[in-house]
Parts: sequence; structure tokens; C-alpha cells
Amino acid sequence: MSNILEVRDIHTFIGQFHILEGVSVSVPTNGITVLLGRNGAGKTTTLRSIMGLTPPARGTVTFDGVTLNGKSPHAIARMGIGFVPEHRAIFKGLSVRENLQLAEHRGGDFARKSDFIFDLFPDLKRLIELPGGNLSGGQQQMLAVARALVPDNRLLLIDEPSEGLAPVIIEQMIAAIQRLATGSSVLLVEQNFRVAAKLAQQYVIIDEGRSAINGDISALVQDKALVQQYLGIGTS
Amino acid sequence: MMINRRTSAIAALLIFVGLISVALLNAGSLGNFGITILSGLFQGMLLFLVASGLSIIFGLMDVLNLAQGSYFMIGAYVAYDAQHVGGLVDLTSTIPDPNVRFIVAVIAAIIVGGTLGFILERGLLRLLYSRPVFQLVLTFGVSLVVLEVIKFIWSTTPYSWTEVFGVRESFFQLFDQRFSTYRLFVIGVGIFLIVAIAILLRRSKIGIIIRAGVEDGEMVQALGINVRAVFTLVFTFGCAVAAFGGAIAAPFLGASTSLGSAFLLQGIAVVVLGGMGSYEGTAIGSILVGMAIAVAQDAAIGTSFAALPSITPMLLLVLVLLLRPSGLFGSAR
Repeated sequence: MSNILEVRDIHTFIGQFHILEGVSVSVPTNGITVLLGRNGAGKTTTLRSIMGLTPPARGTVTFDGVTLNGKSPHAIARMGIGFVPEHRAIFKGLSVRENLQLAEHRGGDFARKSDFIFDLFPDLKRLIELPGGNLSGGQQQMLAVARALVPDNRLLLIDEPSEGLAPVIIEQMIAAIQRLATGSSVLLVEQNFRVAAKLAQQYVIIDEGRSAINGDISALVQDKALVQQYLGIGTS
Repeated sequence: MMINRRTSAIAALLIFVGLISVALLNAGSLGNFGITILSGLFQGMLLFLVASGLSIIFGLMDVLNLAQGSYFMIGAYVAYDAQHVGGLVDLTSTIPDPNVRFIVAVIAAIIVGGTLGFILERGLLRLLYSRPVFQLVLTFGVSLVVLEVIKFIWSTTPYSWTEVFGVRESFFQLFDQRFSTYRLFVIGVGIFLIVAIAILLRRSKIGIIIRAGVEDGEMVQALGINVRAVFTLVFTFGCAVAAFGGAIAAPFLGASTSLGSAFLLQGIAVVVLGGMGSYEGTAIGSILVGMAIAVAQDAAIGTSFAALPSITPMLLLVLVLLLRPSGLFGSAR
């Protein structure tokens, strides 16, 4: 199985703080890989380092055989990587339509994808002219994911899609991510272990800025001791 | 949010009505009142041409461009120079028709302002994007350099306009009072630009990018948009608009070395009063401050309080900030 994304031993500093001290992640083409770990372990920084928003000082990031180091975030995005950040980063003063149009890499991207997007998130269709700031948390999360689907992205980086959402919305989000993962690869950060276990095939645990262990998520679900050690939670 | 916007609009309207009432009480005649209103709108539009760039650049790039007033001044000098005998680039013999010369000089000012703005952003500011305080010092330094260069080229003697051209010389009659058509022309141009830029921000792709960038520049980048290129474009455009303002102000205000600092200070007052980063706040703030200056100028006639017009923008600013700390249309940051 070939990997669409290879992160090799990256070190990232934010100011003087050494946040990532050696993170390696492989994301296979197609399928969902999840980054697990405690709060502050460096999961979000790993995604931001891949996007070039907090560029790694050492180590390499390779996307589809091309090295991303030294490229600017917009150039990285243009290569086909969609980013759904923590807290969604919806433009509140822009309408839902404008939020989606902004994500176009080529004119007409949104028009071509709108059927797929509205099929995945039907709510967005009736909200299309509303300002992003008027949407509920769940609707904003849908818009954030939808925005990453407008251009032909081959890899999606999704940070905490279930954060702060009601259980029924989380179920919708899980179904949507499962469907979109049939068309592109996904690297997910997810604190909710139940959601992570349901969605992902592969996992990487990040602990104190280092990638500690990885493998098939089905094996992790069985290994309660390991989950307890790195995540400090029960799997039930 | 809707209620907030409504109170903003009501507050702006109250200030406007207040200013109009004072103007009316002071005027004595409808003719005088008309002059105050026309003068207020005229100054408001000139202010808008400086403040709009200041506001959009600040909102998008977090740079308070202290050289914005200098670009206004550059525009005034370039326009003056091109239209008068003995200037650096004297167009009087090449283009004998003063009306055509006026248009050419204004275009020249726009090009010079835009080019210098492009050089400042690309050559200097870009190196300092992670250092806001350095940017502030840099733009302040640039304004000092511009001032000294202007003194070197054109000396410190203020130039007042002597050249005759159609729209400047024509007048119209209303309420037994002669009004300058040129003021009306500037007001028309200002209103046109307010509306045109608003439509650009609302409807065009670049407008959507600018509005999104004001909210969250990082996310705009992560969507695959080259924010730096947008910064350059907006900065260049902002400086060109300021130079345009200087060029069309020159036939009335002339060209002098005090133009830059005066318009910068008033422009900052407008931007803060209107609410940092809010376009409609800047447009409405410009008109309010322009009106306030005109009312103060009228009130100061015949009194010993000659400084009143120049301190009025700051007085109005203090008043507004006391009531609304984030400005009329600003959101709390």
C-alpha cells in the first residue's frame, strides 16, 4: 500500500518552545488515519506543520512524492490538501456561499461540487445565503468540512470534528467523513476515542511531542492497557 | 449583532443631526448653511480617500500605515508640479489645455502614489510582517523621509493654486449664494468611490478574500490563497487612492509640507471613530469628521479660537470612544 503523506521525524518550534520533538506519521492512500494523544501532546501542531502554518525546523514532510518543506501554506493547499482546523475557522462575516466560493482553486469548483456537498450536508443548502456567524456549532463544522471538499483535494486534514457537538450531530459527522474518505485520504485528530475507533483504520499516538506508537486501530481497541497508558481513558 | 448595528447607525445619525443643527444655528442664512454643508462633505470625501486605505490595510494586514498621509501629500505635489510653469515635470507647454492637463496630472499622481506604495510594501514592509512594532516605526520613518525629500525637491514654501481650469473656476448659484462646482465635483467623486469600493468588497472575488482576510488571514492561506499577493495589491491600491485624494485636493488646498501629518491625524481619528477595520464605519466616520471640521471652521470665524477646527476631529473621537470604546461600527477585539 502506497502512502500519500509521509511525515519523517519533524521538529517544530513555536517561539522558543520545542513543541514537536520527532513526529513521524504515514498516511496511506485512501482510508482514514487518526492522531491520538492527550491534550497538548502536539496533534494540532502536527497538522499545522504539514500545512506549513507552523513550519517544521527539522525533518521532512512529503506529499505524493513532493517535499513540502519550505513551501508556503497557500502553495501546499494548492497541491491538493484540504485543512479543517480546530474551532472551524468559519468566516463569520461571509455568507455560507462565500465561505465555500473562497475555497475554490479554480473558477467553478463549487458549482461542480455542490451536488456532492449538499448531498453530504443537506442543511447547508437552505443556509447558503446566511452569514457564517449565524450558524450553530454543528452547522459551522459541516461548513468547515464542506469547504475542504470544494477543490479536488486528495488529502484532508481534519482537526477535532466532534468537538463540542451534540451526539446526534456527531453521528451525522461520522457518516459524512466515512463517505468523503472513499474519495480522498484523511488524517484526523480526534479526542473522542469512540469516534476515532469508529472512523479510522490506522492510528498514530503522539505523546509529549513525539510519535510513540502506531498500527491498526482494531488492535488498539483490544489493548486497554495501551489506551490507558497513552490516552488515560477507558475504551468502553 | 443586528441590534448592535442598529445602535451604531442611530449613534452616527444622532451625531450627524447634532452637527447639522449646530451648523444651522450658526449659519444665519440658508446660503451660509449650504456652504458649511458643502464644505463639510468636501472635507469628508478627502478624508475618506486617506482613511479608506488606512482602514482596509489595518484590517487586512494589521499594519497602521503612518505613511498614508505622506502619499496624500505626494499626490498633491505631483499634481501641482505637473500643472504649473517651472515644475519638475512641467506639462504646461506639452499639454496646453488646462482641463486635459488636470486629468493627466491626477493620473500621474495615482501612478506615482501606487508605485511608491508597491515599493514600500514589497521592498520594506514585507520583511517585517511578524513584527508589528517594527512596521509602525518603519512607516513612521518613511513618512519622515518623504517629508524631507519633498522639502528638498519643492522647498518648504507652500504652493497655492494659480492654474485655471474649467471645473475649478465654475460656480453655481443657490439661496443667493455662490457655490464652487469643484467642491461638488470632489464630493461626487468621493461618493462614487465609496459606493464602488463597497460593491467591490461585497461582490468581487478579491473583495471576498479581503473580507475573509480581515477576519482570519491564516485560514485564507490554508484555503490556497496567496495572501501576500493580496497584501501587495491592497497596499498599492490604498496608497494610489491617497495620492489621488491629494491630487484632487490640491486645486483647493494647494501643496504644502503640513498636508501629510494633518491628513494622517484626521484619517486616524476617522478610522478609530468609525471602528477599526470596518469599511462602512470609515465611510460614515469620514463624513462625520468632515462635517465636524466644517462646523468648527464656521464657528471659529470671528472668534479668537482659531485652533478649534484642527482639534475638532480628536474631540469628536474622544466623545465617541467614551460612549463606544470600539468605535461606531467596530466589533470588540
